[in-house]
Amino acid sequence: MAKEARRKTVKGARKSVAKGSRPPKTRRLTSSSSGNREVLLLVGTMKGAFVLRSDESRKKWKIEGPHFRGEAVYALLHDTRGDRARTFAATNSMHWGPTLRTSNDNGVTWSRPGPQTVRFPADSGRALAQIWQIASGRRTEPDVFYCGVEPAALFESRDGGESWQPNQGLLKHEHQPKWQPGGGGLCLHTIVLDPENPRRMLIAMSTGGVYRSEDGGNSWRARNSGVRAQFMPEEQRYPEFGQCVHKVVHHPSRPGRLFLQNHWGLYRSDDWGDNWVDIANGVPSDFGFAMQMHPHDPDTVYIVPIEADMFRATPEAKLRVYRTRNAGASWEPLTRGLPQRGAYENVLRDALAADSFDAAGIYFGTRSGKLYGSRDEGGTWTEIADALPPIVCVKTGTAGAA
Amino acid sequence: MCKDRNSGGSLITVELPNVLCSYTDQNPSLVLDEPCNTVGDALAALGRKSPGALDRIMDEQGEVRRHVNLFVNGENVRFLGGLGTAVPNGATIYVLAAVSGG
Repeated sequence: MAKEARRKTVKGARKSVAKGSRPPKTRRLTSSSSGNREVLLLVGTMKGAFVLRSDESRKKWKIEGPHFRGEAVYALLHDTRGDRARTFAATNSMHWGPTLRTSNDNGVTWSRPGPQTVRFPADSGRALAQIWQIASGRRTEPDVFYCGVEPAALFESRDGGESWQPNQGLLKHEHQPKWQPGGGGLCLHTIVLDPENPRRMLIAMSTGGVYRSEDGGNSWRARNSGVRAQFMPEEQRYPEFGQCVHKVVHHPSRPGRLFLQNHWGLYRSDDWGDNWVDIANGVPSDFGFAMQMHPHDPDTVYIVPIEADMFRATPEAKLRVYRTRNAGASWEPLTRGLPQRGAYENVLRDALAADSFDAAGIYFGTRSGKLYGSRDEGGTWTEIADALPPIVCVKTGTAGAA
Repeated sequence: MCKDRNSGGSLITVELPNVLCSYTDQNPSLVLDEPCNTVGDALAALGRKSPGALDRIMDEQGEVRRHVNLFVNGENVRFLGGLGTAVPNGATIYVLAAVSGG
């Protein structure tokens, strides 16, 4: 039965790929040795943030930091919409709590901390534990930003990050009392916007699963049909909500197609999450955290499989990034330059990133503090840093004129 | 100046760790200038002078953060009356990071 289902899935995926219309061209950065843009690699660790800079060749990196010494940095964002560049860092001190910091000079200097701006209303009974995600709004709304936080909630800013308001539809959702913390806490970690329909957006949380709004965030419906909850009793493994979704990605040129890395399970949806199909075809494990969309190809996705929830390390002690180029019909290991012996690594949900160059740069950081990069879409890898604090977040950006 | 309502009394001082001085123009020692009978009163007064500093000491539900300790005249208020602990005339409240760390 399982085999039949698997075969069906593969066929479905191929069919979907074949039928899919060619995506509209996306914004590509063409690298050249004479280019004067600065490529940024923002690395959040358990003990601060590091900013790495390179020219467009991305061969050599200069490391700056740590900024926010001793504080965990789980979320970073470099935003270049509108007429300015702005960098955000969500910092969290074990002693003094979470706060949001900004930089107007591409991460060279950062704002002094002020009063906490991302805060739950008093009558919610909740207090901010951590900011897990900072996301840009749509390109047409350069002052709009979103934060996904723990305990699971969504905040929105409409003034460039100066003030934040909680999304009431999620804050008061009828399922909310039943959402449960995963190993990292009850975190809302994924925010996906429909670039075409300003009323539609999707979020994911651990645990709670995927929720989608069709009315600008006023109301939310669970969208987890077909997604497994392995940790539930057998007859309850496909609930309406309560799944431990680890990450969801999509490509803006084909926004309705989503890819999902679950706490056991790899899935794709072609209808904005109404239905999910298993795409764990040829991976050593369908457990994992990190998932990254290719910047230009809506069929190409990267993951780093992890052996199991009870043994969170790369299978067979080999550090392998897996890539699909056919929307999950098959996956290939990318190993050149990565250790294939004795590598008991873990890559967390936001620690895998891509830049926007024509030959996409792919980057990831491990919990053991190693940072790797590829300038050829994952074909070959180079170790950029080998002894940073545990890495929890990797993001990219570019600065300067083309 | 923090005047005790009952005695018409003296100053309450809050001593902050260096890490919080960025919220107080690098001043580690704040003298409160309104009536406060308890630690909770004093923190509320601190929040009016420096809301950012208070946000680092307490969360938005008014709970002192887990790894922050408050001492009044040498005693940890966790083992006294918490935020209801009385602050005597001339008391100094020390805000300290707990031994935990990472």
